[in-house]
Amino acid sequence: MAVMNIREAILRTLHAEMERDPDILVLGEDVVGGNGTAGGPEAIGGIWGTTSGLWEKFGPNRVIDTPISESAIIGAAAGAALAGKRPVAELMFADFVGVSLDQLWNQMAKFRYMFGGKTKCPAVVRMVYGAGMQTAAQHSQSVYALLTAMPGLKVVLPTTPADAKGLLTEALRGDDPVMFFEHKALYGVKGEVPDGDYRVPFGQARMVREGGDVTVVACGRMVNFSEKAADKLAADGIGVDLIDLRTTSPMDEDAILDSVEQTGRLVVVDESPPRCSLAADISALVATRAFTSLKAPPEMVTGPHAPIPFSRGLERAWLPSPVTIESAVRRTLAFR
Amino acid sequence: MLQLGHDQLLGAYRRMSTIRAFEERLHEEIKTGEIGGFTHLYCGQEAVAVGICDQLTVEDKIVSTHRGHGHCIAKGCDVRGMMLEIYGRAEGLCKGRAGSMHIADLDVGMLGANGIVGGGAPQAVGAALAAKMDGKGRVGIAFSGDGACNQGTTFEAMNMAVVTKAPAIFVFENNHYSEHTGVEYAVGTSLDIASRAEAFGMKVWRANGCDFFDTYEQFRDLLEYVRAGHGPAAIELDTERFYGHFEGDPQRYRGPGELDRIRDERDCLKAFRKTVTEAGLLAEAEMDAIDAEVHALIDAVVAEARAAADPDPATVADDVYAEYY
Ligand SMILES: Cc1ncc(C[n+]2csc(CCOP(=O)(O)OP(=O)(O)O)c2C)c(N)n1
Ligand SMILES: [Mg+2]
Repeated sequence: MAVMNIREAILRTLHAEMERDPDILVLGEDVVGGNGTAGGPEAIGGIWGTTSGLWEKFGPNRVIDTPISESAIIGAAAGAALAGKRPVAELMFADFVGVSLDQLWNQMAKFRYMFGGKTKCPAVVRMVYGAGMQTAAQHSQSVYALLTAMPGLKVVLPTTPADAKGLLTEALRGDDPVMFFEHKALYGVKGEVPDGDYRVPFGQARMVREGGDVTVVACGRMVNFSEKAADKLAADGIGVDLIDLRTTSPMDEDAILDSVEQTGRLVVVDESPPRCSLAADISALVATRAFTSLKAPPEMVTGPHAPIPFSRGLERAWLPSPVTIESAVRRTLAFR
Repeated sequence: MLQLGHDQLLGAYRRMSTIRAFEERLHEEIKTGEIGGFTHLYCGQEAVAVGICDQLTVEDKIVSTHRGHGHCIAKGCDVRGMMLEIYGRAEGLCKGRAGSMHIADLDVGMLGANGIVGGGAPQAVGAALAAKMDGKGRVGIAFSGDGACNQGTTFEAMNMAVVTKAPAIFVFENNHYSEHTGVEYAVGTSLDIASRAEAFGMKVWRANGCDFFDTYEQFRDLLEYVRAGHGPAAIELDTERFYGHFEGDPQRYRGPGELDRIRDERDCLKAFRKTVTEAGLLAEAEMDAIDAEVHALIDAVVAEARAAADPDPATVADDVYAEYY
């Protein structure tokens, strides 16, 4: 075991997997950085520091700086995957999914099905998401719900360095397109990471803590917020079952249902607007599959039906927080 | 030599000086941590925004980029409203929702800065088609960087403008970098974005974007052509960005001495002063007086912005729709 943060876990996993598998290539904007400048390539090493040193080690055929052309980046990844390679495409911000949507949605996601199962498309799209740093309406969104709704894509959101390694390794060894979400506020989160080969299978949630009174389901940064809320609640003797989904597609429905069958109370925390959100999806799952276990209506803790604003106070008002999660838990417990 | 009157010259100088002072002050204020998010400074490119926008009317529309402060000031956005916006205040131009990256002021024909690189060009074509419907000779202008010229949206917009004969103008500000990547890599040619536009079938111009007068004159010819109804046109400006891509950029991609050299040799404000004083058009003292006024204005708006009230958190979901919901 070594202690490192999520950023380092991703970087080291990319290094290790590229070393192991010569078919892996990385492409995106400034993933090398400095190309065509006096400073020369690697003058930056990726704006998030998650691709540093790859170009020096694996060279320009496998580590490719692209022009600002998200449609072509994702389309090229799709094509390279069809041609037998394992591309890792980077979207500097997950919001840029908007620019590349057709290549993700109508192309990459659907190839295998449309072609009668004759092909596979092992592309990984790494994207940086999340609010909380005042990056405003076009650089803060968590588009995982959108992509979770698309058959053919797998959607992954690590919240610990160990999961970052395990899930990324799993993505790079699998044969399906994987949307790999990296929260910009979580890169610095530290933790122990298993040495050597370490894979975390998709569709297996992580039980962060077991408290037995209320089930809180979250993903991404909302897991960290929920932990803070659970600490506060524990001080008042309220025990939370906290489930980190890890992957929203596939999703560990059993973990959610098993817990709700015990607690009878559900709070879902989702860094998205409420409509057609993950919170709505999970509430529907529980309402349809665990109805008789429920002692209170499911609580959805989400942003409002609005884009994400710039101003610090407004952005805070937009985001779920440990405080709003705590209140939701108390509401569900107070329901008679 | 350009035939601009005394007041026009002084006005142009005031606007360039305002952009410079606004940005240099932000460069300092950002270090205090009071301004959140991403801020991309326009210093070095002032002659482009002013050389172009000084020839427009409020009815001509511009769409801007993530590096939009200069376009805003040049098009006539209120400097106080901009500063308050960048501080995220309730009385900011966009009520604190935009920040630096999305400032817009429809009243002056500024349809918005844009956080999506390449997001604006198609909208300029739409504004141009709207102008064509009105038949008053108005234009729609897309400011784009050398990086934005690689987006499919930019290509699609150029082609669509040509086939629809839209009075659209594509302004390519080539400052040689898109983030940390050089234009020679990303565009494949160091100074020839204009040829791409030409290949779509539009007439193109080129100018030294660090020279107000060259920019102004080339754009004047272009504008005459587009206003006359000949269809779209493009101009590429060779310019410089004096700061990093965003505030906090270590700029390891710069060559040794590069920043000193461009500030020395390619400063559009210095060049402007030199030209107008040598030609006896403006006196140093007149421009010094403007600089003093501009600095006083910036001091005042920063002080006001720092003290101003934040938006009421209860308004977070207001303004999502224009109609009932
Ligand atoms: C669609 C999209 N891709 C990437 C980015 C990240 N980004 C912001 S500015 C920028 C570089 C833009 O370069 P250029 O068009 O030359 O404008 P400049 O910054 O030089 O003014 C990049 C890659 C973005 N904001 N939007
Ligand atoms: Mg540029």
